[in-house]
Amino acid sequence: MSITSLWVVVEPSQDSFTTTSLELLSHARSLATNVSAITWGSGATFAAQAGEYGAMTLYDVGALDGSLPGVPVASAIAALVQSAGAPDAILVPTSYDGRDIAGRLSARLDRPVLTNVTGLSDEGGLVTEHPVFGGTQTVKARFTGEGPGIIVVRAKSFVSESAGASTAAVVAAPVGETANTASARIANSHVEERTGPKLEDAAVVVSGGRGLGEAEKYSMIEEAAKLLNGAPGASRAIVDAGWVPYSYQVGQTGKTVKPTVYIACGISGATQHMVGMKGSKNIVAINKDADAPIFQIADFGIVGDVHKVLPALIEVLKTRA
Amino acid sequence: MNVVVCVKQIPDPAAPQSLDASHNLDRSGKLILDEADTYGVEMALQLVDKAGSGEVTVVSMGSASDVAGLRNALAMGAAKAVIVSDDSLRGSDSLGTAKVLAAVIGRDMPDLILCATESSDGYTGTTPVQLAELLGLPSVTFAKSVVVEGGSLKVDRQTEAGYDEVTSPLPALVTVTAGVVEPRYASFKGIMAAKNKPVEVLSVADLGLAGAVGQAGARQEITEVVAAESRQAGEKYVDEGDGAEKIVAFLESIKVL
Repeated sequence: MSITSLWVVVEPSQDSFTTTSLELLSHARSLATNVSAITWGSGATFAAQAGEYGAMTLYDVGALDGSLPGVPVASAIAALVQSAGAPDAILVPTSYDGRDIAGRLSARLDRPVLTNVTGLSDEGGLVTEHPVFGGTQTVKARFTGEGPGIIVVRAKSFVSESAGASTAAVVAAPVGETANTASARIANSHVEERTGPKLEDAAVVVSGGRGLGEAEKYSMIEEAAKLLNGAPGASRAIVDAGWVPYSYQVGQTGKTVKPTVYIACGISGATQHMVGMKGSKNIVAINKDADAPIFQIADFGIVGDVHKVLPALIEVLKTRA
Repeated sequence: MNVVVCVKQIPDPAAPQSLDASHNLDRSGKLILDEADTYGVEMALQLVDKAGSGEVTVVSMGSASDVAGLRNALAMGAAKAVIVSDDSLRGSDSLGTAKVLAAVIGRDMPDLILCATESSDGYTGTTPVQLAELLGLPSVTFAKSVVVEGGSLKVDRQTEAGYDEVTSPLPALVTVTAGVVEPRYASFKGIMAAKNKPVEVLSVADLGLAGAVGQAGARQEITEVVAAESRQAGEKYVDEGDGAEKIVAFLESIKVL
């Protein structure tokens, strides 16, 4: 069975769709001739971008009036499956709201969801790829039974490429029945000020782990990142310990990064972490344990005390700044 | 206030992991309480304590041959545990798991359901929201703070840019990020008390879900497992006071400096 129709959930951000949304649209149009996108909030104002990246139709759920997107968007998509007919699959970006939409939709449609997808191909039907055990093995999977599968794709799995196509036709996709489920509302949004490049876009990422010993030492990571015009990152261990916010986390649970160089400081290389950074072009590791798993994937390793090597590195970088 | 915490017993993430012949995660070894779940247990205990009445129940699905992980939650202070254990549940997907949990929790709806954002073995991260939808409840995911006031919920929810203050009526389901609270260590008294706390073991038939869940209900299958493209270890030096210079030279060689 060949793939004819794919729907892509495209998430609006400040002045465009998120990068992951565009990556999904780009890949969808290489698999199917008929690609539609679904958005909400300010998304309809980016119809030209949706079209440019491959969507012919942009379904617009519209303003959510403070509701979290998960319930209303899933309900609108479920209604759309009824009215417009089901696509072969619905692709959703991995994000806070994307996972909510996918979960809600799965239960509504009584169809399965496959998450942490990093590859998607047509092998007489859609086949998904999932990295397991820190990315050392890849599981390939497919849906069975009738109806669309829901596929949640990790960032940077595909290349976002403009097709140069014309604007997408905007079609209203009203929210269906939600009963009591849509009653969680956003009362206030807080933006945390950050300087320097974004973690997921930075050409240089300097990350710290438990080997730093204490929260105060994380300032070394920030300083080194700044001197290299990069972004600071973190392992799950120190995020769980409350040293830095969740948004700094690189790994299975956190962000996927593919910088020109990733510098892991005091990070042993748990599978959870590796899956988020092993796509980096170059990996540098500083760790006092010569047997730390991180050295198995590092292009350049220094077996040494991060408390000595990192301050020395900062000093050298300062003289060159 | 009654709180249900969904927990999972998983193979120790620090031990080597493998897939069995049917491509399921090998769970034949010792199972422990997923560390990600300890935050929900702690949060539940604190909320019930603050409310002044009610209790914490932990609900799980998986093999009941080893319930040390559930006993751990009971030792922390949960009042009772329920585990759905059935051979037919092997190979369940996240929706099937949510159906099982919904059948258990729906018997006696609590005021609040807490889950981790995702388990540390499967990382699917969709079961909680599927569960909320099946139970007809609102949900707030990625909570970094949870407060219950006057019968409603105030949650600070992680976002890409920072966080949102979200309000919701109860009952509701919340997923908590790791680090949201500091999980307590079970006291000796707690460990002793846990030995006598009830652990209810249910089968799929007990819940009237035969045929709807497990591998049969999963409607997804693994077609193959292949070795991923592997990275090779590169140069490695022991720092002799020149580690920083060596790194700088490497950064120059790749034109980052």
